[in-house]
Amino acid sequence: MRAVITVIGKDKVGIIAAVSNILADCNVNILDISQTIMQDMFTMIMLVDISQMKVIFSNLSDQLEKKGQEMGLSIKIQHEDIFNSMHRI
Amino acid sequence: MITPFEVIETIKMIQEENLDIRTITMGISLRDCSHSEGNIAREKIYNKITRLASNLVKVGQDIEKEYGIPIINKRIAVTPISLIAESCDEEDYVKFAETLDKAAEAVGVNFIGGFSALVHKGYTVGEQKLIKSIPTALSATKKVCSSVNVATTKAGINMDAVGEMGQIIKETARLTAGDGGLGCAKLVVFANVPEDNPFMAGAFHGIGEPECVINVGVSGPGVVKCALEKVKGADFGTVAETIKKTAFKITRMGQLVAQEASKRLGVSFGIVDLSLAPTPAIGDSVAHILEEMGLEKCGAHGTTAALALLNDAVKKGGTMASSYVGGLSGAFIPVSEDAGMIDAVTKGALSIEKLEAMTCVCSVGLDMIAVPGDTSAETISAIIADEVAIGVINNKTTAVRIIPVPGKKVGDIVGFGGLLGYAPIMKVNEYSSDAFIKRGGRIPAPIHSLRN
Repeated sequence: MRAVITVIGKDKVGIIAAVSNILADCNVNILDISQTIMQDMFTMIMLVDISQMKVIFSNLSDQLEKKGQEMGLSIKIQHEDIFNSMHRI
Repeated sequence: MITPFEVIETIKMIQEENLDIRTITMGISLRDCSHSEGNIAREKIYNKITRLASNLVKVGQDIEKEYGIPIINKRIAVTPISLIAESCDEEDYVKFAETLDKAAEAVGVNFIGGFSALVHKGYTVGEQKLIKSIPTALSATKKVCSSVNVATTKAGINMDAVGEMGQIIKETARLTAGDGGLGCAKLVVFANVPEDNPFMAGAFHGIGEPECVINVGVSGPGVVKCALEKVKGADFGTVAETIKKTAFKITRMGQLVAQEASKRLGVSFGIVDLSLAPTPAIGDSVAHILEEMGLEKCGAHGTTAALALLNDAVKKGGTMASSYVGGLSGAFIPVSEDAGMIDAVTKGALSIEKLEAMTCVCSVGLDMIAVPGDTSAETISAIIADEVAIGVINNKTTAVRIIPVPGKKVGDIVGFGGLLGYAPIMKVNEYSSDAFIKRGGRIPAPIHSLRN
């Protein structure tokens, strides 16, 4: 099972480290990372594998959201299917 | 892999353009709950609803969290209570409404629909009792919604029922006068009512439906409006194409949520209702889509054509996105629930007559319209008669949800709170329809050849 993590906000040191630390603690594997500046905002998109995850989904989602608040960023995790179903036939 | 642009587009639709799933509605058959003793029937009803829907709210919240898409309402629709209650000999069905209210409270849904009767060709004893119970039932409960089907294309219009519903609406307004006649916001009078509609106040679980089913209603007027902002000045082919593509994306969300909810609840997937349902929030208005097409205000000449295009393009885009579509499927034009409609009425651009014309080309009808408290029951019945005639002749669903607000007159404002919004009191035609409504009887079913 895969999920997409999006980080949107002002670029700063340590974003990837912060997110990947949480993911490592939860045993979530990072499959792909892309980052870009879109409409003046730093945007990082991570594709992750959550099939071996040690916590429940809402727990990981809460941890990421909390970290985002601490760093002044928006960090979200969503099941990959929402993007596939909207953009792929 | 999904591109960053696509990820951001989806997130923007949800965060900035108010894309949401408006409702997951569980339809539950109560046909095995009839009993000659009212108390036993009510116990069976309560137990069945609370058993089948016990997980509905939690599953909705889980999906919301995992997919990151808001699911605004979780609701229940049940078999029309008139069919269940009439096996017992009680005269008053208010206790059945109270049971529904209690069950809805217990499972945490925000509305339960199905305090309903289908009387398009005539009344059974149970249906007569149910309709008489509506005003008290709606004033004594919080979450119960009621609907009455008074006409179909195949049966014609039951004018006795149309006449009675005028009285029932007035009485409901009187009993809920303290809340601006709020009871009437939970009561819909239909022609050609669909059996699988997930939206309130008109949802019920039709007799052709399975034991238990999940129906989903999507929303997203804000997304369509934002998409159209990008094609300013383009011709109507481009406008239609843009709406179709956007409707496709919106509906795919509904399809995904419906499938996931039905899988997790172990209940069959019914339909996705392809509706653009507005809310009073800024940026979530159907009227503003019409204005984006080039109308200065919703209600200006051209509004009906704009709405026809919108409604058709939503259906075309949505149909391909979902395996089963149904319900009301179309753009909703409730006045109090749409910031653009409220503004258009306040500025004098939009009248009941224009809204009536608009209902010829979209779902669902004269919806959430507040009129002066002294509007007569006969005038309300005549408004219903006009609206259901449009549905009957054009072979479509139409409905009336009208609130004669006690003590208010044209130009006043009434607030209902939450998704029901607020409404300016609209002017009705002051000439009498009394003698027309007093005739009673049935208007015969229309002929469907010689279509002119």
